[in-house]
Amino acid sequence: MGLDIRWPIGLMFSIIGAMLVVYGAVTGSDAELYKRSLGMNINLVWGVLLLIFGVLMLVSAKIGAGAAKSQGKSQEK
Amino acid sequence: MQLGTIDYAIMLIYVGFVLGIGWTLHRYMKTSSDFLTSGRSVPAWVTGLAFISANLGALELVGMAASGAKYGIATCHFYWVGAIPAMVFLAVFMMPFYYGSKARSVPEYLKMRFDERVRCLNALTFAVMTVFASGISMNALAKLLHQLLGWDYHVSLWICSAVVLVYVLKGGLTSAIYTEVLQFFMIVLGFAPVVYLGLKDVGGWHALTGRLGQVAQNPAALELNSKSFAPDAWTSAWKPLLGGPTSNPMGVDIFAMVFGLGFVLSFGYWCTNFLVVQRAMAARNMSAARRTPLIAAIPKMVFPALVILPGMLAVALASMGKDNYRLPPKPLDKAVYEKILPAIKQASAAGLQGEAALKAVNDVIGEKKANDFKFSQVKIAAIVSNNASQPLPEPQLKERLQDAVTQNDYDGVILSLVKKYCPTGLLGLALTALLASFMSGMAGNVTAFNTVWTYDLYQAYLARNKSDAHYLWMGRVVTVVGILLSIACAYFASFYNNAMDVIQLVFGFVNAPLFATFLLGMFWARTTGTGAFLGLLGGTATSGIFHALTIAIGNTPGVKGGYLGVAHVFPSEMAQNFWLASFAFITCFVLTGGISLATARTKTDAELKGLVYSLTPKIRDDEQNWLLRPAVLGVILLAGCVVLNILFW
Repeated sequence: MGLDIRWPIGLMFSIIGAMLVVYGAVTGSDAELYKRSLGMNINLVWGVLLLIFGVLMLVSAKIGAGAAKSQGKSQEK
Repeated sequence: MQLGTIDYAIMLIYVGFVLGIGWTLHRYMKTSSDFLTSGRSVPAWVTGLAFISANLGALELVGMAASGAKYGIATCHFYWVGAIPAMVFLAVFMMPFYYGSKARSVPEYLKMRFDERVRCLNALTFAVMTVFASGISMNALAKLLHQLLGWDYHVSLWICSAVVLVYVLKGGLTSAIYTEVLQFFMIVLGFAPVVYLGLKDVGGWHALTGRLGQVAQNPAALELNSKSFAPDAWTSAWKPLLGGPTSNPMGVDIFAMVFGLGFVLSFGYWCTNFLVVQRAMAARNMSAARRTPLIAAIPKMVFPALVILPGMLAVALASMGKDNYRLPPKPLDKAVYEKILPAIKQASAAGLQGEAALKAVNDVIGEKKANDFKFSQVKIAAIVSNNASQPLPEPQLKERLQDAVTQNDYDGVILSLVKKYCPTGLLGLALTALLASFMSGMAGNVTAFNTVWTYDLYQAYLARNKSDAHYLWMGRVVTVVGILLSIACAYFASFYNNAMDVIQLVFGFVNAPLFATFLLGMFWARTTGTGAFLGLLGGTATSGIFHALTIAIGNTPGVKGGYLGVAHVFPSEMAQNFWLASFAFITCFVLTGGISLATARTKTDAELKGLVYSLTPKIRDDEQNWLLRPAVLGVILLAGCVVLNILFW
């Protein structure tokens, strides 16, 4: 129905991922902050993962939209 | 614990997206069927993830981590013995009737198969039950957020409900389903890093099982259990079970586990509960509908790593005493504080020590509360003597009193790990995941409630033959009403905890026999409406009587059972519960069968076509890819389950 849910999911995780990456990069030197996460810059690492996931979702939505379009065209013929 | 700007920003972005989905779908909501049944237009992978997400409410997330801490790997039976086989059965055998009959809800199927009485009974109990379930879950989450983050109970409750209200009202079931998919990913991606960090901190899987082996031999050290078990009690799924109820922390025997939980309770929930079945019914065609539970089963199979493992990690961490981590203590509420504070001051003034200091505190809160909290004598005595030499400021006093509580609050386990491991940034993500689980559960309940109300109660009994626009309007109105009722139930639950226990108990009675009715109805054409109706009532009555005559060890007769006399004592409440379900199921099965044979059939074979297995033409699986056929997928999933059970034997 009308909306391919992969667009909002991809977009949301790309945005949140990018935010975490930037935040992680800026706060990377703050050892006190990352004591919780066992000294690992989890914001940066997890942000990258979320970003990859988000972009993959967007790509798959794009391919899906392309396929639906060409299918629609072939039906018109 | 302080949240940073970025934490709030992540939450806001999430809220913005779920509202946006509702907004986008708004223009497609033209008929009542668009709004309440999604117009049967959703692809299978979407309904599949929504199927799992609607069930993954806050209670599931919080409760499974709690059970993971209390019982260890055996909690996985809820997944590998319970849920997965039931989901495969639903997909392969039951979905063709639900979907093929064109019923819009589970109660409506019952009407087609049997008669109005069975439908009315099922619709009414389901409607009341969903509202209460939603309320209980909302209360639990708002309380948790208050205790651990200091958020205002009312604000969290109302804001979360308002968000759900807006997107369900805008986009109906489609909106709920689509956001559930988004929430599914949010929950998985939000909690995975917490589990990863916990596992890393403990030192990996082998360190975890080694540590839990020590815990199992002396669980009393963490107030987990008063008995002592073999080292594998927390880390193996079947071996402790085979040793009988005394050798596993659940206190359950193997028959109760396999038949009571695995067959009766799980099949009863996954195959007949409209909350989950509704997701599959919204699929775009029969094959998508049948694939829905199967797609859902794939993540469900590995979910224990996300929801049960945290509980086990928490126990291991507490046992190691890493960074002074302890299982969260039962929260002291305001009323208890107000009683204790003056008692402490008096005790300090009187110079009480040791046992006398503890007694002074226990006396003011009464025996029941004292048993609930079990204050540590050493800590209380220390507080009293420190306070005597120099009066402690109130915040510090409160904090130390809370720490003196030895009984665990298992429901707080998951949030305690989030607090321990998440720096600002990741914290926002994990909390958003928690909010997402809360919203997905609530939206699931509300969309199931509004459909059953509109089609099975309002249209069936109150206002027949109105225009579709009227039912669409009703669906919207009842969405608002449903949410308000859930909020009312949440408040009710927060004031009358005991009343809530009774209500949940009664629902347990109603649910236990339900699967027998469906099993006979779907696979035996001779089953009559009268048989089904009386069988259900008889099964429910059996649950009630069974409960009144049995009790779990350590409980006093009353709400926990045994108030008509104690005919049998079970080793645990869980065992009592599983056996109760087994008895109710068997009674309902026998009664329905017997009465059906004694009464005349009211529906002809032609009327039952598409509703009963033997009278329905077999579906030809025409998927081009044979791997995607429901039966093939089902067998693969079951094989996966067997492998998991053997791996964690």
